[in-house]
Amino acid sequence: MSDETKPGLKSPLRRKLLMGMAALPAVSMLGRPAFADVPATSAVNTTGLAVTDSEVTVGILHSVTGTMAISETGSVEAEKLAIEQINAAGGVLGRKIKFIQEDGASDWPTFAEKAKKLLVNDKCAAVMGCWTSASRKAVLPVFEQYNGMLYYPTFYEGLEQSKNVIYTGQEATQQIIAGLDWVNKTKGAKSFYLLGSDYIWPRTSNKIARKHIENHLQGCKVVGEEYFPLGSTQFNSVINKIKLTKPDVIYAIIVGGSNVAFYKQLKAAGIDLSKQTLLTISVTEDEIDGIGGENIAGAYACMKYFQSLDNPNNKAFVPAFKKMWGEKTVIGDVTQAAYLGPWLWKLTVEKAGSFDIDKIAAASPGVEFKGAPEGYVRIHENHHLWSKTRVGRAKADGQYELIYETADLVEPDPFPKGYQ
Amino acid sequence: MVINSRFFNRSELLGFLALAALLLVILPLSLDIFRLNLVAKYLTYAFVGIGLVLCWGYGGILSLGQGVFFGLGGYCMAMYLKLEASSVANTKIQSTPGIPDFMDWNQLTSLPFFWKPFHSFPVTLLAILLVPAFFALIIGAAMFKRRVGGVYFAIITQAIAAILTILIVGQQGYTGGINGITDLRTLHGWDIRTDHAKFILYFVEVVLLFGCIVAAQFIRLTKLGRILVAMREQEDRVRFSGYSVANFKIFAFCAAAVFAAIGGAMFTLEVGFMSPSFVGIVPSIEMVIYTAVGGRMSIFGAVWGALLVNFAKTSLSESFPQLWLFGLGALFIAVVLAFPNGLSGIWADHIQPRIDRLFASRKSKSAAGMIADGAPAE
Repeated sequence: MSDETKPGLKSPLRRKLLMGMAALPAVSMLGRPAFADVPATSAVNTTGLAVTDSEVTVGILHSVTGTMAISETGSVEAEKLAIEQINAAGGVLGRKIKFIQEDGASDWPTFAEKAKKLLVNDKCAAVMGCWTSASRKAVLPVFEQYNGMLYYPTFYEGLEQSKNVIYTGQEATQQIIAGLDWVNKTKGAKSFYLLGSDYIWPRTSNKIARKHIENHLQGCKVVGEEYFPLGSTQFNSVINKIKLTKPDVIYAIIVGGSNVAFYKQLKAAGIDLSKQTLLTISVTEDEIDGIGGENIAGAYACMKYFQSLDNPNNKAFVPAFKKMWGEKTVIGDVTQAAYLGPWLWKLTVEKAGSFDIDKIAAASPGVEFKGAPEGYVRIHENHHLWSKTRVGRAKADGQYELIYETADLVEPDPFPKGYQ
Repeated sequence: MVINSRFFNRSELLGFLALAALLLVILPLSLDIFRLNLVAKYLTYAFVGIGLVLCWGYGGILSLGQGVFFGLGGYCMAMYLKLEASSVANTKIQSTPGIPDFMDWNQLTSLPFFWKPFHSFPVTLLAILLVPAFFALIIGAAMFKRRVGGVYFAIITQAIAAILTILIVGQQGYTGGINGITDLRTLHGWDIRTDHAKFILYFVEVVLLFGCIVAAQFIRLTKLGRILVAMREQEDRVRFSGYSVANFKIFAFCAAAVFAAIGGAMFTLEVGFMSPSFVGIVPSIEMVIYTAVGGRMSIFGAVWGALLVNFAKTSLSESFPQLWLFGLGALFIAVVLAFPNGLSGIWADHIQPRIDRLFASRKSKSAAGMIADGAPAE
């Protein structure tokens, strides 16, 4: 390893080596770091973050109690796995990552309090965290005020861009437009019924979907649009309306526990998903665990990642995740996006040659992660990720079968023109 | 301030001074600004606690919907701050500049009429006090005039908390929905996010808290306070004595609502946002728990209860992120089982007698010293 005697961490060979290790995280033998080239702490940390000669502290901020715990646990697990793999591969700029975990308790003000604690008290160099838009909105002013760096994993409604956040999930257009184009082209779908839980993400997503259907797809129309309170379990009246209007596509953005009731009632009402096309952007493998594969088999989901993806990165990632967290765990889209957070941070720090937030924010655009389980991702100037959009079909065993993926990476566009 | 010895008896004066020393001197000197801001957040619940002591402890009216008034006060303040943060210059990327961002996301193109008064700061301050008071007046008049009380009243307040939450979440174009009203920046042009501002806001809040303590103590000591206690013990006798029980109950309920609203408005300023998660049933019950832990018969107990329970909440969740809720639950059960009168009960039963003895022995000692004239103390 002749390159390790050179001080410059930006040397292309070294970076290529790191990329290789990212792709094969199990190979930890390569990761014995040569501490001779660890840059001085004073040089890489000029703003007083929690960085020592041997350690760097990051925060993990998710709900591990309360209603969101069921969704956020996967993200916590993925982030811990990534941190362990990075440490096994030599850490970040020669420093092991130590994490401090805080519980947001499914409560937005608690998120704000804990975010502040992680930044002000613990001086975390980065925070992996949040899940719901509400929690992100609550912590955003904290990150901007105290100049922290948040890696946010969930697909979300867009309409936001911050120097202090890297969005590792998809913004709305990345998840919606390619899926609608696909269903229009291959299924010849002309009429759409839009459904959603009643909050900002489904509303904004359906707004984008409606504009795309009405303005960009030839001869297509929206035949109905309805919203349900979070946690709602009564869908019979809308199912009757769907039976009357007979849309080509049911476009469903129902979240959380409501999904269980919705898909069961759909099945009970005799709507057969192998004949009626249903496209969702809110049901990942994690939700199918609760819904039951037999109730949703045949539905299409538009995501960027499925556990069943067939590529070398994912073939290493899935067994590593199951080895750490148990055979029965499933890996959904957001879990994978959460796994990207620590890796993207590490790569960005090494590109910038510094832990300073301002330098990381500036260095982020262009950072690429070739070891991503979803394939390959790159950070855009707007701090979102370039990534592919994929359509999968739910099977009775709770997994998705990949049906379609975009040929190229889809550009993130959090403020889409003509869709507002 | 001249404290009349009859206004506070000796132990109350001691409690008042101890609390003042803690909040005004010890905590600001020993905590960094982050922790001090957390204390400020805990204290916002103390306002609700003081109201509950009046209305529940003395008046016997258990309200499980104080979150409604906390939320109304908080939302009034948040609406003013949000309008100030949504100037045309700050929101020029929106389709309709000059309105709050969440309205733009929900395709609203003009400011709803009920938001307009909140452009003015004096109107906002009045609204923080009057909107919850008026709301409490309507609920109180509707309930107490019909002699609905006890458990039924508690259930109805809880239902109102649930209804208001659903309303706020459902009308997200007007209220910000489940996200609440976030990203608040300045108060009358003064940046409330800086450390310096947090420091000043803390002292403003403590002064307001002492104002509320004095007001509550005043209500307690007047004839009004004694009628409240009488109503709690024997409502019919009070009624037969010619008092209008309903009006006294309405007053106690409104006073509790106003205290809660002040707490809510301070919460918005301290934390920087307001969301429906403070309005619902769970936070309302939590507020009752703070009061129960502190002791529902003690105004100071309510303040200590809010401080200690929230402190326990923060420190337990920082140390045991996965298990802290169990620890907190155990704490509540232990307090209620072992000390039904809460912390103030412990104080009154175990510590107060010792202090009294200390004073008494000191007095007798000094008397003895005078007689023995310079004899060495043992």
